[in-house]
Amino acid sequence: MFSKFDVIETIEMIEKEHLDIRTVTMGVSLLPCIRATARETAQAVYDRVMRKAEKLVPTAEELSSEYGIPIVNKRVSVTPVSLITAAFPEESAFVGQALDRAATDLGIDFLGGYSALVHKGTADYERAFLATIPEVLASTGRLCSSVNVGSSRSGINMDAVRAMGEIVVRTAQLTKEKDGLGCAKLVVFCNAVEDNPFMAGAFHGVGESDTVINVGVSGPGVVEHALKFIPDADLTDAAELIKRTAFKITRAGQLIAREAAKRLGAKFGIVDLSLAPTPARGDSVAHILETLGLEVVGCHGTTAALAMLNDAVKKGGVMASSRVGGLSGAFIPVSEDIGMIESAEAGAISIDKLEAMTCVCSVGLDMIAIPGDTPASTISAIIADEAAIGMVNNKTTAVRVIPAPGKNVGDEVSFGGLLGRAPVMPVHTGDASAFIRRGGLIPAPIHSFKN
Amino acid sequence: MRAVVTVTGSDKRGIIAKVSNFLFEHNINIEDVSQTILGDQFAMIMLVDTSESRETFSAVSSELARLGSEIGVTVRLQHADIFDAMHNV
Repeated sequence: MFSKFDVIETIEMIEKEHLDIRTVTMGVSLLPCIRATARETAQAVYDRVMRKAEKLVPTAEELSSEYGIPIVNKRVSVTPVSLITAAFPEESAFVGQALDRAATDLGIDFLGGYSALVHKGTADYERAFLATIPEVLASTGRLCSSVNVGSSRSGINMDAVRAMGEIVVRTAQLTKEKDGLGCAKLVVFCNAVEDNPFMAGAFHGVGESDTVINVGVSGPGVVEHALKFIPDADLTDAAELIKRTAFKITRAGQLIAREAAKRLGAKFGIVDLSLAPTPARGDSVAHILETLGLEVVGCHGTTAALAMLNDAVKKGGVMASSRVGGLSGAFIPVSEDIGMIESAEAGAISIDKLEAMTCVCSVGLDMIAIPGDTPASTISAIIADEAAIGMVNNKTTAVRVIPAPGKNVGDEVSFGGLLGRAPVMPVHTGDASAFIRRGGLIPAPIHSFKN
Repeated sequence: MRAVVTVTGSDKRGIIAKVSNFLFEHNINIEDVSQTILGDQFAMIMLVDTSESRETFSAVSSELARLGSEIGVTVRLQHADIFDAMHNV
């Protein structure tokens, strides 16, 4: 039984500290939709997604009203489309358009899975599929794309890394009137997970069952608020408090996930334990780190503070849920976190510090605006560095950078809504093109002799 | 269904009477009532059973919210499971 103080605490978390269910994401397998032609396949894909997710939005709204907790986003993830269109890869856009239309008709904000898994090698059909990504992202509104270019078991597919640098640049050019918005819907992964409910990197893995519900919780504001009450506590006690707070947040997510799965006739997949910020004040991961005693996120000590936060969130969350998965860690997207935005504007955080931070948290270099004239080979090199961190450390890493067309350091890009705004950050200008041009596979690392 | 009604706002005469009368009219049984102070605000927490109510949960919930705005306080109706889940191991 709960006490009156528990009731008040929950209400304060929701109403004053931005506790919410960040996303209820329905994963839908598209494997039964493969037909003889692209147009027939696109129609089958549209029909299936509409049928499976028909009640997603009303059910989420019903749950939100019954439990009194906001469910911010309703989303769908699908089987990587490159697998569905392997027989006619040049025409994959038909399926992309059908998925975008389904997303609009369902009233969901994003649909993820215009994806390819090329971590060991790129098949011809995948090469042709990858080439369609920029046009598809430029001509759709809600579709998200992700490409897995490496894994700890397979190594890093440097041919795909080279291709993705060019694809990111092309996507930015095709969406230049919107500050390169297409790139905000494109993630390059190493060790991509099959049950991630968060965008833009969500897709429904082939190892998953037919239809599943994955839930992403949030609550950086709740953690920050709790830590403010113990300004003089040592870090052992701070970690303990974060753990307890993460437990409560995750339990809310688990309850919603179970209930949503039951009502939607789907399997309960996982709860993703990530702390996901938004640009709203009081919903910032950066501010948690600053509450721990850092003057500004990005200063020395940030990596250690983030490592502690990330680990404590996982420990509390794992205890709270019977099924944990997804990305499960603290997110540090620059444009989506008011603390990160302000630190970047003040020049207090660099891309190098962000890279170091990605070694100890989820997920990677995320929502970072870089100069519009950054060469494709430099973007590929950024991807390669990040993939190497993921590969060697057995963790998911990702790159979602926006080479803002026509903009340079000192300018700002603005996407609005949850995607936020970001100052253009400098990147190193040394040339990595000869390294990237080599291509091939960086072999998988040795999994013993860890030092 | 076990649910929790919370009323928060500045203290006024007749809050408890009006909310309990609404619950009575909707066949919702009050199992427990407690009060506390939330910052400088009044907070009342009621554990209720809605299983005899003829209306849907969300209809009752929005009517209660409307009653709250008439009185000048915030009234919420939430499924009790969320508090159980978050505060019990």
